[in-house]
Amino acid sequence: MKVKPNNYIALEFLSRSANEGFARASVAAFAAQLDPTLDELGDIKTAVSEAVTNAIVHAYPDTLGKINLRASIFDGNLLEIVVRDKGRGIADVAQARTPLFTTGGEERSGMGFTIMESFMDTLSVRSEPGRGTVVVMKRRIARRGVKP
Amino acid sequence: MEVRTTQQGRTLTVTLRGELDHHAARDAIVAVERALDAALPSALALDFGGVTFMDSSGIAVAMRAMRRMAALGGTTALVNVPPQAKRVFDAAGIPVKEETT
Repeated sequence: MKVKPNNYIALEFLSRSANEGFARASVAAFAAQLDPTLDELGDIKTAVSEAVTNAIVHAYPDTLGKINLRASIFDGNLLEIVVRDKGRGIADVAQARTPLFTTGGEERSGMGFTIMESFMDTLSVRSEPGRGTVVVMKRRIARRGVKP
Repeated sequence: MEVRTTQQGRTLTVTLRGELDHHAARDAIVAVERALDAALPSALALDFGGVTFMDSSGIAVAMRAMRRMAALGGTTALVNVPPQAKRVFDAAGIPVKEETT
């Protein structure tokens, strides 16, 4: 049985680069209810920025398409972020996740997945060429002021 | 994203302000390279003091600048890097100058 989140937001936006800032700011505002530290909030914003930028740059290289973003909160202060597109997909996910590998332009560094991996607790990437990509990232936010 | 340059002798300081993401990166790269080509410095200080957010796009900007400076036979230092941007550089293994100058 699927575990239901205690709270979630769902956003849909066009793959325009101007929406990168909107996406990370929205998730940060939603995640604020978990009382994250500034570092935790920075990590979350950065990971969201990477996932959304990947969709904008790689899923829809020559066209505009829809990006769906869902952020959910589960028991135990667990934040889950799902970024989904219906773009061209990734033929070789393992290669795409390799540090410094990029098929992007000169303004890409090939470090997007590496950043997502290091800033979140878990990262899973499912993709099918021609059908799209789903990125799922999870991060447990430490409870502050609560004795374990 | 705002890019400002100041020159002192052969040292060029390029100050970045605002959010450095993919949306801003292309303009930032062009602005930095133009500044380097105009000044031909022997040392570049890339100042991140005014950067309020940075993702891996900032790595691309820094790496492009470093490559251009290496081609000129000069050096690059990343200075005044705020904590959030530093975590991104750390994850990429790119050293930043610890002290603020």
